[in-house]
Amino acid sequence: MYQHLETAKNTENLKRIVVDPVSRVEGHGKVTLLLDADNKVQQARLHIVEFRGFERFIQGRPYWELPVLVQRLCGICPVSHHLAAAKAIDQLVGIDPENLPVSADKLRRLLHFGQVFQSHALHFFHLSSPDLLFGFESDISKRSIVAVLGAYPDLGVQGVKMRKYGQEVIRMVSGKRIHGTCAIPGGVNKSLTKAERDYLLEDIDQMIEWSAASVALIKKVHCSNLPYYDDFATIRSNYLGLTKPDGALELYHGGIRAKNANGGTIIDHVDYCKYNDYIHEEVRSWTYMKFPYLLSLGRENGWYRVGPLARVNNCDYINTPLAEAARVEFKAHSNEAMVHSTLAFHWARLIETLHCAESIKTLLNDPDIMGHDLVAQGEKRYEGVGVIEAPRGTLFHHYQVDENDIVTKANLIVSTTSNNMAMNESVRQVAAEYLSGQELTEPLLNNLEVAIRAYDPCLSCATHAMGKMPLQLELIDEEGNLIDKLVKHSSGQIERPSHG
Amino acid sequence: MVKPVLVFGYGNLSRGDDALGPLLLDYIESHCALEAIEILCDFQLQIEHALDLENRCLVLFVDASVSCEDAFSFTQIEPAKDKSYTTHTMSPAAVLDVYQSIKKQPPPLSFLLSIKAEKLELGEGLSTPAKKHLEQACQFADQLLQNPELKDWLQEAKRSEMLTLASCYKIGNQVVTPLP
Repeated sequence: MYQHLETAKNTENLKRIVVDPVSRVEGHGKVTLLLDADNKVQQARLHIVEFRGFERFIQGRPYWELPVLVQRLCGICPVSHHLAAAKAIDQLVGIDPENLPVSADKLRRLLHFGQVFQSHALHFFHLSSPDLLFGFESDISKRSIVAVLGAYPDLGVQGVKMRKYGQEVIRMVSGKRIHGTCAIPGGVNKSLTKAERDYLLEDIDQMIEWSAASVALIKKVHCSNLPYYDDFATIRSNYLGLTKPDGALELYHGGIRAKNANGGTIIDHVDYCKYNDYIHEEVRSWTYMKFPYLLSLGRENGWYRVGPLARVNNCDYINTPLAEAARVEFKAHSNEAMVHSTLAFHWARLIETLHCAESIKTLLNDPDIMGHDLVAQGEKRYEGVGVIEAPRGTLFHHYQVDENDIVTKANLIVSTTSNNMAMNESVRQVAAEYLSGQELTEPLLNNLEVAIRAYDPCLSCATHAMGKMPLQLELIDEEGNLIDKLVKHSSGQIERPSHG
Repeated sequence: MVKPVLVFGYGNLSRGDDALGPLLLDYIESHCALEAIEILCDFQLQIEHALDLENRCLVLFVDASVSCEDAFSFTQIEPAKDKSYTTHTMSPAAVLDVYQSIKKQPPPLSFLLSIKAEKLELGEGLSTPAKKHLEQACQFADQLLQNPELKDWLQEAKRSEMLTLASCYKIGNQVVTPLP
């Protein structure tokens, strides 16, 4: 572990390197490294520089507004927030998951598979494949989807079309491209028509084929440089996520399972409404993002990873045949032990992509998605918890309402927050193992970003003021003087401005 | 049947002035004849939006911009491996570039209407200056879309460019390059 690099003993004589902001992740992240005179890393931290105030945004609103409102928390996974909120609100209207109408449950699952499918496709083809196909230290001009489209045109086009297909699933189920209102308290507001179902069926076999090919590709990439891929940014951790009652991979609804680094069970089949009894969040002064941990293991040892790697590690099997075969190969790679390679997030993500495509096909062929029993009603309650496996990991929504149906308390734990400690640990691993003692260059610093990007973090929300994502590196000596500066413009151009 | 003119606005309604793009679309929807115009909205631009450009004659992207010099600006855009292709949100020029790469043909002629934004905080409404900017941008879009013609749009883009340059000259009698 690399926790000793969270805080250096004597910071006054150290050089400071800032990577601000991290590119190809959503939002504003900053990496700071403190180096000694020999360029040895003494401290490494990933900071989140934007305070989101999700809870304040939600409190004071009537609960029925939330499924639409919370979609605006995040421009890249609005459907996940929509569904997590809907599950919490089901409880506010007295509907437990087992009482949701069958058609409503399946339509929500279809929507969710569409969301995870398109999100994973975007991450692999657009954000990560440039690094994976061209190398982490390749020329910066190559590290983009445009370069992938040039060098691997078929792959690039597949990425665009897979992303589009997932968006079409969302559009068909929710009725709109964005701000859809598929899920409502106690159910959904529409089912699929036969025409909509047939439209989505047209391309699903192609999506499955491309998804399977992408799993084969990532396996080849990973195994072609096995020692490096198994070591880079790799940390041993606990893993947390939902599973079905029989231990199968589950993305929409299940019990909480957590395993330790050796694969031993920490908790299993826990009702997520009681998450507060198992998970606490710690605040640290140097970042806005909290640090969740498993209460039973304490702050030091209780941090965990969520997301595709956690889910594929945690589950006993996957209930779709091609994805299950891929999972078996994945686990065989580690001799059935837990896979700790951070870069294996990509492999696990594509196994899930394949699972989503297969599941979409199964649901499209299920007549229940065209059913008409869509909403259940129950007795009002004052508290609801909704948990879902979002593309980036477990997402918690917890609300309390008053007698006027106004939200008085809201608590959200987003996936990236759960991965906060792990991302910091991976940054420290890379800093210690790959950067320490070396002259710093842009390709080397891209290694830090590669480690963070493997988690597909969503550090902020859907704001997108143009021209705000340059990368800036500053080297400051022990007296605080700027002695070197490297700027990577959003265009990819590198500049070393004169100073002094 | 695909409509020949696409107006694509993007932004988050709950992020203060980031809502300028979607709000301009609301205006167009209620004030303009839409026989030949399709309106699309999303939180942000992404690779798959390249496919929305297929079979269009003219495309207008609408966005909030903190770097806009005036209340709004109107520019022609070309495909470019620029700005934000390394993030979860792409620039219109990068989307055009993706179109060109996957379709192996030039994208439809495209323009960007940027509306000056001030504040982009979660849960905030439009700032007072942004409301004024939106009003002006709506009037402009109204004219632009009454009878969408390439030559008129090109002329407007040129005029907008000249105005920006002129306003730059005013600052200390020196040409000041607008910030990227």
